[in-house]
Amino acid sequence: MLIDSVIPKSRLTDLTNEEISRYSRHLLLPDINIEGQKRLKAARVLIVGTGGLGAPLALYLAAAGVGTLGIVDFDFVEESNLQRQIIHGTRDIGRPKVASAKDSIRQINPHVKVNEYNVMLTAENALDIIADYDVVADGTDNYQTRYLVNDACVLLGKPNVYGSIFQFEGQASVFYAKEGPCYRCLYPSPPPPGLVPSCSEGGVIGVLPGVVGTIQAGEVIKLIVGGANTLTGRLLLFDQWQMKFRELKLDKDPACPICGKKPTIKKLIDYEVFCGLNKPQGEKPVDTLTALELKERFDRGDRLQIIDIREPHERAIVKFPYARYIPLGQVARRIDEFDPSVPAVFICKIGQRSIFAIRALLDAGYAGELYNLKDGVNAWARDVDKTLPQY
Amino acid sequence: MAITILIPTALRAFTDGKAEVEAAGGTVGGVIADFAARYPDIRRHLYDENGALRSFINIYAGDTNIKSLNGLNTAVKDGDALMLVPAIAGGSRRC
Ligand SMILES: [Zn+2]
Repeated sequence: MLIDSVIPKSRLTDLTNEEISRYSRHLLLPDINIEGQKRLKAARVLIVGTGGLGAPLALYLAAAGVGTLGIVDFDFVEESNLQRQIIHGTRDIGRPKVASAKDSIRQINPHVKVNEYNVMLTAENALDIIADYDVVADGTDNYQTRYLVNDACVLLGKPNVYGSIFQFEGQASVFYAKEGPCYRCLYPSPPPPGLVPSCSEGGVIGVLPGVVGTIQAGEVIKLIVGGANTLTGRLLLFDQWQMKFRELKLDKDPACPICGKKPTIKKLIDYEVFCGLNKPQGEKPVDTLTALELKERFDRGDRLQIIDIREPHERAIVKFPYARYIPLGQVARRIDEFDPSVPAVFICKIGQRSIFAIRALLDAGYAGELYNLKDGVNAWARDVDKTLPQY
Repeated sequence: MAITILIPTALRAFTDGKAEVEAAGGTVGGVIADFAARYPDIRRHLYDENGALRSFINIYAGDTNIKSLNGLNTAVKDGDALMLVPAIAGGSRRC
């Protein structure tokens, strides 16, 4: 859908000679030219998250000459971020991500004004922060913030340039409720906690956020320059491993609770509650054992069925002692391989997917004793066998 | 009737790693039910505790969301393809 520039002409100021030289490759494009570059200079873009998606977003938008970049992140740089978050380097480990990101932006383009928000975006601060910007780019990694960003953008009438990644797959779109659908039109509510594995469990190929974040950066630039065909009303799906792009139609949902005909959400809500609310009602919590409790039971010589539900490639990273292997995706189907007279302990990386395995087995009618190893193999490596790596 | 279902990475652990599976039925709802019967471990991902389809998974017939068609009653014919498009969120440990 063709979208007019989100920057009013009244805000444009002249480019300096130095800026004209720096941005000459943009000025040579008739669709951008001097006026588009002035719009970029006047533009204020908020990037939520400076991780995998935020890295290329911030780097390319800085290089493109966006006048003001706001960056929001409360996290610190960790070693395992560096495989994909190319705005941070090895010497930045332990620093606040916004500080490290600001240094990289400055290095690329000192003309850019950077506003750092070293905070978590919440229902209390989101409207105040977002109100100052023309476009929001969503580089978040969790559902609470994603719904928060969506709702705040709808309420303030701002375009929300969306990207999301998992393993080898990415999604991108432009949610702009004035012109088309919002995130809630597509997904009215998030998955129940723990149902979908996260990247910290499922992994992600490092270049994937590079591709998706760069697509987002392009959409931001087009919204600012104006007159381009954006992803509004379309969902782009990208599969890095199959090397396939697919495009799906996105319709505005007239029943959408925030951008539909009769909206029921008129202000920001409690997103922690919203994301937790979908926990199946009336399900009793799963029994857990800590790593130390399980060690005690081993030492006592208790009879136990230890079930490692991790995939073969994960077991190759760290093996768990005495375990039988039944992958998560086969637990219910292989219910006959369990002995209900012996307590079963389920093991995964961080103790999330194993809860899911237990629930699947309960759903399938299993009557024996079931335990979850709290915090998974990583807890075993942390508390019991310190020779093992955590991953 | 054989209908192809395209499985996203996030759900392939429940289809023995397959990116495409076949299922049978005359409507989208029938095909998805047949698919869940063939791969019982995926049931919990597709349906909530009341048997309703979960709202974080969209089903596309061709390039159109079945919500914009006839929902689960949308008719399908031999050779059609359905695509499951779940919400994905990236690296969080928090939600
Ligand atoms: Zn909406």
